[in-house]
Amino acid sequence: MMDILLQEDSIISPLGFSTSENIKAIKAGISGLQFHENSRFEKGGYYAGIIDKTWLADNFSKIGDPTKFTKLEQMMLLATHSVLNNNQLDLSETALIISSTKGNIDLLDNPQNFSKDRASLNSLAKIIQAFFGFKLQPIIVSNACISGGLAVAIAKRFIQAGKFNNALVVAGDRVSDFVVSGFQSFQALSAKPCRPFSINRDGISLGEGAAAILVSNMKREGDNISLIGDASANDANHISGPSRTGEGLYKSIQQALKEAKLSSSEIEYVSAHGTATLFNDEMEAVAFNRAGLAHVPLNSFKAYYGHTLGASALIETILTKHSLLNNELYPSLNFEELGVSKALNIIQKIKNKELQTALKTASGFGGCNLAMILKKSFNG
Amino acid sequence: MGKSRNHFITNSIRIKNEKIFLNKETVLSFDSEIGFPQFLKDSYKKLGLKYPKYHKMDSLCKLGILGSSVLLKDQNFDADTALVFSNTSASHDIDLKHKQSMESIVSPTVFVYTLPNIVLGEISIKYKLQSENVFFIEDKFNAELLWDYSEALLNSGKVSSVVCGWIELKNEQYDVLLCLVSNNGEIPFTKDNLEELYKFENE
Amino acid sequence: MSDLRTELKQSIIEQLNLEELNIEDIDNDDALFGDGLGLDSIDALELIVLLEKDYGIKLTDPDQAKEIFLSINKMAGYIESHRTK
Repeated sequence: MMDILLQEDSIISPLGFSTSENIKAIKAGISGLQFHENSRFEKGGYYAGIIDKTWLADNFSKIGDPTKFTKLEQMMLLATHSVLNNNQLDLSETALIISSTKGNIDLLDNPQNFSKDRASLNSLAKIIQAFFGFKLQPIIVSNACISGGLAVAIAKRFIQAGKFNNALVVAGDRVSDFVVSGFQSFQALSAKPCRPFSINRDGISLGEGAAAILVSNMKREGDNISLIGDASANDANHISGPSRTGEGLYKSIQQALKEAKLSSSEIEYVSAHGTATLFNDEMEAVAFNRAGLAHVPLNSFKAYYGHTLGASALIETILTKHSLLNNELYPSLNFEELGVSKALNIIQKIKNKELQTALKTASGFGGCNLAMILKKSFNG
Repeated sequence: MGKSRNHFITNSIRIKNEKIFLNKETVLSFDSEIGFPQFLKDSYKKLGLKYPKYHKMDSLCKLGILGSSVLLKDQNFDADTALVFSNTSASHDIDLKHKQSMESIVSPTVFVYTLPNIVLGEISIKYKLQSENVFFIEDKFNAELLWDYSEALLNSGKVSSVVCGWIELKNEQYDVLLCLVSNNGEIPFTKDNLEELYKFENE
Repeated sequence: MSDLRTELKQSIIEQLNLEELNIEDIDNDDALFGDGLGLDSIDALELIVLLEKDYGIKLTDPDQAKEIFLSINKMAGYIESHRTK
């Protein structure tokens, strides 16, 4: 089977405007979560990871006119730009795969200076396509909170089927009133910055971010990270409540291991979804235990970023990739004491460790789950 | 990787203009005056679905349940049957309702449907499909994408059959084509045949 | 007093889209969740909205909500002593 490599990448978040800035912040234990006042919400506001508008516009002005693009477009264009800038890609045959749950949803009834059509995901994709001149029609994935990772899996599947050799996967979502009010109605927002897998966790913090990665069948010199197995599986249980048996997540891990021809004992690190709701984290603990991964070092990046929805699984895949490259395990921020019914090996301090193989998972509304297995190889 | 095999469109359904078709034959047909909410209600009754949860769903999910109920009736398919859906307006219909509810107290039962892939979850629950799901957003019906991706899944050996199609809803205008693709059938699973099935009742 | 119970049944049927149920189908002591009416976690959240909208009662503790939503009688009892409208 053709090797699928995760090449150049970029993360745009409150922690920084490149992958290296983001990793630097994570290593320093910095969180992007802050209290944002907003009178329409209980408690006068909420904790979330929000990108400073002016900081973003300043950076964006190097590549375009910030007044002509929404905040989300600026984020996603910046992410894409930095990946393209470092690669000589033929854009007439490079695929563009976009992932987002809600895109520019706040334009739906308040288009500001933009046309109302701009709220649609199709418009968002066209703007990115036109800005850089991609020739192939963009593929848009909108599959709840697994979208960003599923888009990478889709890139792999299409490359292996011979559809194209290179795909640029770009993900982005914002902290909008639309989404915050919804999660509040679910009583799912944490009163403090979220605390994944902790005994005192009480819900999610939201975040905004964008990311881009080049998925390719071309190896480079030195260390390469391949996506060697991936699967998604639905719980077929409930559209918003996680399965108590972790069925879909367990199944997707098994399928991904099968494709990768690995056993769970060969997984050295798990990058979990870890939203910090009571039921999600419990479900993950059950699934990881069923899969024989209880002892494997595991973290959630949600306390650094908040839940960035359609971007989260891509941001976290990129961080997982760099964990392997840097041989570093990053702590699960805000973790205090284990608060799930099954054992997990939560990473509490940054650790240097020779790493080859990692598992990245995500789960989302609609009962969807995703597992991806990343492996390092040396190309001398 | 499984060997590339010939796949067939085992069954197809179309929902449009107050009508439901199975393999181009009319299953249900209502007066054009009926209106969308009543169409959803009466179709459920006439099909004898007996699935009370249906009434709690948003309209996009109702279309998905109606379509899959006709498509999958009396069919054999495994729990690994993948769902590959697409449309252009995502969850626009219920997004507007959530926006309205934001003006007073937000309804959690509305918010939970503001993602297009929830329809995949509802169908997975009804048919116990613990399988690959994806929801693509496209400008217009894109037979090539559906065909390409379904073939990639089938040939990877990850799934034994696929339900793929188009489920569009905006301003009470609906347009649904769902196909069950498997190793059984007479219509070869090709881009042209998908296109042709979509054009039926569309011209 | 029984009016509040009837009113509650009516609004639960409407708010939760229990189309195939009538007021007579719901007993005052029937379990609303689990094996009774078969309501689920989203329904519980919607009932919290209903209490706020119709009776001015704000519930934030999920455990407390569980207690109150055991049956129509439990709900009515709580509403009678806590309603602000």
